[in-house]
Amino acid sequence: MVKSVLGVNHQGLTDWLVQRVSAIVMTVYSLGLISYLVMTQDIDYTRWHALFSHGWMKLATILFIVSLLFHAWVGMWTVFTDYIKPFVLRFILQVLLFLSLVSFFFASLMILWGV
Amino acid sequence: MRFSIYRYNPEADKKPYMQDYDLDTTANNCYMVLDALLAIKNTMDDTLTLRRSCREGVCGSDGMNINGKNGLACTTHLSTLQEPIVIRPLPGLPVLRDLVVDMKQFYQQYEKVKPYLQNSDPAPAKERLQSPEERAKLDGLYECILCACCTSSCPSFWWNPEKFVGPAGLLQAYRFVADSRDTATNERLADLTDPFSLFRCRGIMNCVDVCPKGLNPTKAINQLKELMLEEAV
Repeated sequence: MVKSVLGVNHQGLTDWLVQRVSAIVMTVYSLGLISYLVMTQDIDYTRWHALFSHGWMKLATILFIVSLLFHAWVGMWTVFTDYIKPFVLRFILQVLLFLSLVSFFFASLMILWGV
Repeated sequence: MRFSIYRYNPEADKKPYMQDYDLDTTANNCYMVLDALLAIKNTMDDTLTLRRSCREGVCGSDGMNINGKNGLACTTHLSTLQEPIVIRPLPGLPVLRDLVVDMKQFYQQYEKVKPYLQNSDPAPAKERLQSPEERAKLDGLYECILCACCTSSCPSFWWNPEKFVGPAGLLQAYRFVADSRDTATNERLADLTDPFSLFRCRGIMNCVDVCPKGLNPTKAINQLKELMLEEAV
């Protein structure tokens, strides 16, 4: 993605892009879901179940969740490197965050596949 | 007028403290904060320590925190301030004494962006020419006086002063990227793509709010990001 003229260490640029792209994905998905909720009368379990039974809805939801997790990772990494100065504590927090995000991903996959 | 001034002499004081002074600003002919500080130093307390030089907003020596906002003492009117006027050194930088801070970290970050023209082409017989349009691109960038008001008002710099270049340095980085005579654009951009040097800026615009020269470092920072994006994708 990033050409070699900008060297090898361009994590800052990548993170910045990830945050913006993921924000756009989340906005589009949220707007779509909100308009569905506003426009659909009498939402019940059957309709909700039917919505999430579509393959494209599962795909869109996974895309949304992946965006959310990446967005959270970049944001929290920034907060940790700003405010948590002791390396060991920051490392532990980052590992915990990483494990939670990965487990959220698999949990949401299982929920979606359960529909 | 009542002034509450931050005092700290590391050789004598255990802790910094605030000292109050009541100054008759009319009798002492004081219009600007710097006039008042010098009147206090000359007539009331000659131990009060501060930096100043040109006293007209050109040298950038007397940057300080005045009623909670960074600015130059010499260009801040006393009439615009509410009493008591609270004067503190620039935040985020180590205090050497009273209102004098150690600017080393600020200058180190400035040095990092290589704030000088780099051109690999052979030098022409007379000079490297610019069109008026090319020259106009430097307006709003070259006027920085390095007073550190912006950088020392930036939380991103407070938390990572050794890694984040800060608004003043980044303004100069863009000043040379935007210069048609400079040929090191790619190297300059490449030096800033890590997570800290440039991207620690979260765009809160404290720098724009305090700049005594009315410059806009946030705009320059965003232009650097845009150029990087164009180079990268």
